[in-house]
Amino acid sequence: MIGSLSLILLCQLAGEAIVRGLNLPMPGPVLGLSFLLLLLLTRDRYAALRRGPLHNDAVESTGRGLLTHLSLLFIPAGVGVVQRLDLVVEHGVGILLTLAASVVVTLLATVATFLAVSRLLARNQAKQ
Amino acid sequence: MNGNSFSLWVYLSQSPLLWLTVTLSVYAIADAVSLATHRHPLANPVLHSIWIIGGFLLITNTSYTTYFSGAQFVHFLLGPATVALAVPLYDNRKRVVAAIVPMLISLIAGSITAIVSVVLFARAFGLPQAVILSLAPKSVTAGVAMGISESLHGDASLTAVSVVLTGIMGAIIVTPLMNRIAVTDFRARGFAVGIAAHGIGTARAFQVDEVAGVFSGIAMGLNALVTSLLVPLAVTLLLH
Repeated sequence: MIGSLSLILLCQLAGEAIVRGLNLPMPGPVLGLSFLLLLLLTRDRYAALRRGPLHNDAVESTGRGLLTHLSLLFIPAGVGVVQRLDLVVEHGVGILLTLAASVVVTLLATVATFLAVSRLLARNQAKQ
Repeated sequence: MNGNSFSLWVYLSQSPLLWLTVTLSVYAIADAVSLATHRHPLANPVLHSIWIIGGFLLITNTSYTTYFSGAQFVHFLLGPATVALAVPLYDNRKRVVAAIVPMLISLIAGSITAIVSVVLFARAFGLPQAVILSLAPKSVTAGVAMGISESLHGDASLTAVSVVLTGIMGAIIVTPLMNRIAVTDFRARGFAVGIAAHGIGTARAFQVDEVAGVFSGIAMGLNALVTSLLVPLAVTLLLH
């Protein structure tokens, strides 16, 4: 458990350090995610890595544990927003309508593209 | 309140313990209600926890800084949890690899739609230019969005507010919207909510379906990257 948590933090630390060092336009933890994924995939290939947190589903179960209450983790930042609602009120209901309309349009555009492309690919594969 | 209980309150209200306890307890109740309603979209635990805690802070005249001294322990876990998204991604790697082409194409389509639509709607509603700049990156995770907003001389706190509002709206709308248009492919549903509503959308996706959660997490990560490249470009093209 402590070993797994350390490994997760280590991935995040490496991600943050690289993102800040190279001024990359992405969050450090996202790079950390790719490091952890890479470690898990490398482990499957090389038995020598199968130890500590990379052994017996250890880091996997710690990771799943962290994700079971993902919603909880957004609350502190969300409460900050409740205190700055004056910024929204200042610009009236236009801001809320803008955000809501944009969310719906974005959801529809993304889902439609995803489905259209995967259907096209499936049809091409069926032809071959 | 008599003298003794007042001094107890003064002591507790300044200690991280109280605010950490409040955060966890309110969430535990909101999550139980959400579960009891079979994860009804309107019973979103993030939404209800933040207004209840926000209201409580307002009533007790507590500053956000004091609240955050306790809540920071929860907030801190966002980073490690993002790294932990590697685990479900690893578990579902075959599915993900098989969908790489639809993902990349809908990433570009969704990312462009998110930025262009918010700029166009904001203009239609007559919002001032400075506000439009602050809203443009609203579909990505708060840290990245605030960075983009600052680089465009937008108002970073307005950006943070619009990011959270977008996330909550997306998390509430996605299930009824996808059911209405009869989309049953949870890869597509998850991917869409990750593009439109970042982490709060991803948390919702994991409540509904693990595959949806995985695809939402990927979409959120990729969109942070694409949006930071696209917003400055889009703003130059659309606003000048």
